[in-house]
Amino acid sequence: MSQTITFMIDGVEVQGTPGQTILEAAERARIYIPRLCHHKDLAPFGSCRVCTVLVNGRPQAACTQPIAPGMVVQNNTEKVQRYRTNLIEMLFVEGNHFCMFCEKSGNCELQALAYRFGIAAPKYPYLWQQRDVDASHPDIFIDRNRCILCARCVRASRDLDGKNVFQFVGRGPHKRIAVNAEARLADTNADVTDRAVDVCPVGAILKKRVGYAVPIGQREYDHQPIGSDIEAGQAAASK
Amino acid sequence: MSGTLELDIKSICEKYGNDRTRLMDVARAVQEQFGCVSGEAMELIARALHTHRVEVESLVTFYSFLSEGYKGRVVVRLCNDIIDELVGAADVERAFREELGVEVGQTTGDGRITLEHAACIGMCDQAPAALVNGVVLTDLTGDRARDIARKLKAGVAPEQLITKLGDGNNAHERVRAGVKNNLHQTGPVIFADLVPGEAIKKALALSPAEVIRDVKTARLRGRGGAGFPTGMKWEFTRAAGGDTRYVICNADEGEPGTFKDRVILTERPDLLFEGMTIAGYAVGAALGLIYLRAEYAYLLDFLNHTLEQRRRLGLLGRSVCGKEGFDFDIRIQMGAGAYVCGEETALISSCEGLRGDPKNRPPFPAQKGYMGAPTVVNNVETLCCVARILEKGPGWFAQLGSSGSAGTKLLSISGDCRRPGVYELPFGLPLRELLKLAGAEDAAAVQVGGASGQMVGPAEYGRTICYDDLATGGSIMVFGPQRDLLHVVEKFLEFFVEESCGYCTPCRAGNVLLLERIRRLRAGQGEPADLDYLLDLGETIKVASRCGLGQTSPNPVLSTLKNFRSVYDTAVKEAPDGCQPSFNIHAALAVAETIAGRKSVHFEA
Repeated sequence: MSQTITFMIDGVEVQGTPGQTILEAAERARIYIPRLCHHKDLAPFGSCRVCTVLVNGRPQAACTQPIAPGMVVQNNTEKVQRYRTNLIEMLFVEGNHFCMFCEKSGNCELQALAYRFGIAAPKYPYLWQQRDVDASHPDIFIDRNRCILCARCVRASRDLDGKNVFQFVGRGPHKRIAVNAEARLADTNADVTDRAVDVCPVGAILKKRVGYAVPIGQREYDHQPIGSDIEAGQAAASK
Repeated sequence: MSGTLELDIKSICEKYGNDRTRLMDVARAVQEQFGCVSGEAMELIARALHTHRVEVESLVTFYSFLSEGYKGRVVVRLCNDIIDELVGAADVERAFREELGVEVGQTTGDGRITLEHAACIGMCDQAPAALVNGVVLTDLTGDRARDIARKLKAGVAPEQLITKLGDGNNAHERVRAGVKNNLHQTGPVIFADLVPGEAIKKALALSPAEVIRDVKTARLRGRGGAGFPTGMKWEFTRAAGGDTRYVICNADEGEPGTFKDRVILTERPDLLFEGMTIAGYAVGAALGLIYLRAEYAYLLDFLNHTLEQRRRLGLLGRSVCGKEGFDFDIRIQMGAGAYVCGEETALISSCEGLRGDPKNRPPFPAQKGYMGAPTVVNNVETLCCVARILEKGPGWFAQLGSSGSAGTKLLSISGDCRRPGVYELPFGLPLRELLKLAGAEDAAAVQVGGASGQMVGPAEYGRTICYDDLATGGSIMVFGPQRDLLHVVEKFLEFFVEESCGYCTPCRAGNVLLLERIRRLRAGQGEPADLDYLLDLGETIKVASRCGLGQTSPNPVLSTLKNFRSVYDTAVKEAPDGCQPSFNIHAALAVAETIAGRKSVHFEA
């Protein structure tokens, strides 16, 4: 595809190719659009809405919206960042997140986003929902308290591992991640080498016996805010 | 037991061709036969349909008419929307609870009767209402509910509970429902007479492109609420690639306070089928689906019977009306209790045997819809308009109504008015005139467009019902001066929390937060800063949500904040002691006081 599509993000001219999403084209242009459910190896899902941008004034998810010639995208504007801050805070109060003793701390995309957005404490009240933990599997555990329902594990298990270990059940605030068995992950064919285990952006799906192995100071987001790699033009390394 | 289960599920799955995309039908059939879709049943279904157990679980746990846990042979579903509440739903509920000896959500000790709540079942004009299995019971009172509960306990079949059949086709032998039409105003488009086949024949004399041209000339816009130009939608679908296309009729009338499609389906099914057939001809589809909400299952037999008659008359099937090369048939797809399935892409998901999650757009259904093929999704009323446009001509239709909104609109009016029911009126009618017709001259507030619509006050009654002013899919709920509007808002939010599919963050979590804050205000713990909080939160949910549900769910809050500000100003006040009103010191101390066995000496009650 040699055809080039030119459009604007926050006053900067950006070029992309037909079929690209706003998020992908922005990334090539070293513009970071915050995201959580998006993962470079997975089909776009559009559930977290953190990548919401305004396209010619209309809200769209940058991870699913294809680019079009001449579109004017608002990304890093006061208004859009306010929506995103609110969405990130919603995810914090909806789950039960305790960063200070979470194994994922320092490598967690939700935590890293909160830092990038300067969120010290959410303005919304915690909902303190009762959520289950599943430690049945010998090598993997699921802590639903930290799940943000991004479906990365669902997609990875289905599309990359060919297994369908995970799927959502319930609806609305009762929606939760379930496994392809009566109740326990141990009764599925999940394996610690599955991509589904790797792609969790938070500490909801973790490998056993490797927690806290990386010391503070050497963790993924200890020195640079999330998205810095994209802004530095190292998009291939980004999630 | 297990042997029977295995055989029965096998035969149910076979009945639907062991087709994964018919999982809705399979799950509904299993639920009906066994009172649940148990874990064991999920395994068996998954095996037969070549899918995964968790996929079956995902669907079963999504729809409120399906359940993993056992329900009684008789399920009583009490409609608990705001309109039912205004006219005594609490008395009805108390009567059922006391007589059955269970709380809502429970099953009687003998395992026979389950008592539940249901979101709006489309009977607001004859509330309080309930569903007993498929049987609709209306105009309930505490006494009648007591009598019904006793009869159910004594083993009386739900069908026997209907004491008097309703008017019109409600008394048809294939319906036999106690539902009333309450059709107070008929108009020239929907409720005029129709000779079956008349409109189709006129359409078939034209080319598909000419039919689309006529629909465009008539300036027909979607009647479901969004108002997209129908002809344009059809044109996109026809222009999309591939050989297979579909027409889907959205009969998932779930917006609280809407019940006009119920009356169309009862009294003018031929007009609807006629419109669907014309749509099929225009876009090049051979199959049409009607997605019928589970609450209207009492109309299923009648609708299927009407379809059968049309097949016999040659109005459906091979070479419709003798037109070589135009084959078209219609199948009814039952829903299973999910408001979000009224959203067209969620509806398509549901038709495909999936959870009712909306799909990402683009691609739009016109490009890639049901089974990945270009699909037209139209509202019941829209398709009826199509048939009439072809019968009477686009010019005739276009001169009805107002400049930007051609034709008539069916309105479902309920709440504090003397004549609740369905009215077919030309677009452009001032709200005040409508209230006069319905006997609601003293209305203090009117919710236009259902729970997802706008709450307007007397200062706005001069505004008109049309796409460019007060747009509505048909729901008009009237509230008298005695009503607590914050409570109305709370009820709407409870509805959205319950009905959100949970896919995207703002709708799933945001509506819970809106509800929390409205409840706080109602508990007298509001503070002035809460109003900006509500505005900011509401705006975020509207802007960031993925589908129409979340994009409109904050409307009750935002429109009352705008039009009834004084209600909020009264509910929030600066605390005289400077403490946050949201912090209740006595509640906070209660546990410690219980442990200590004495009251606090510092904070006296």
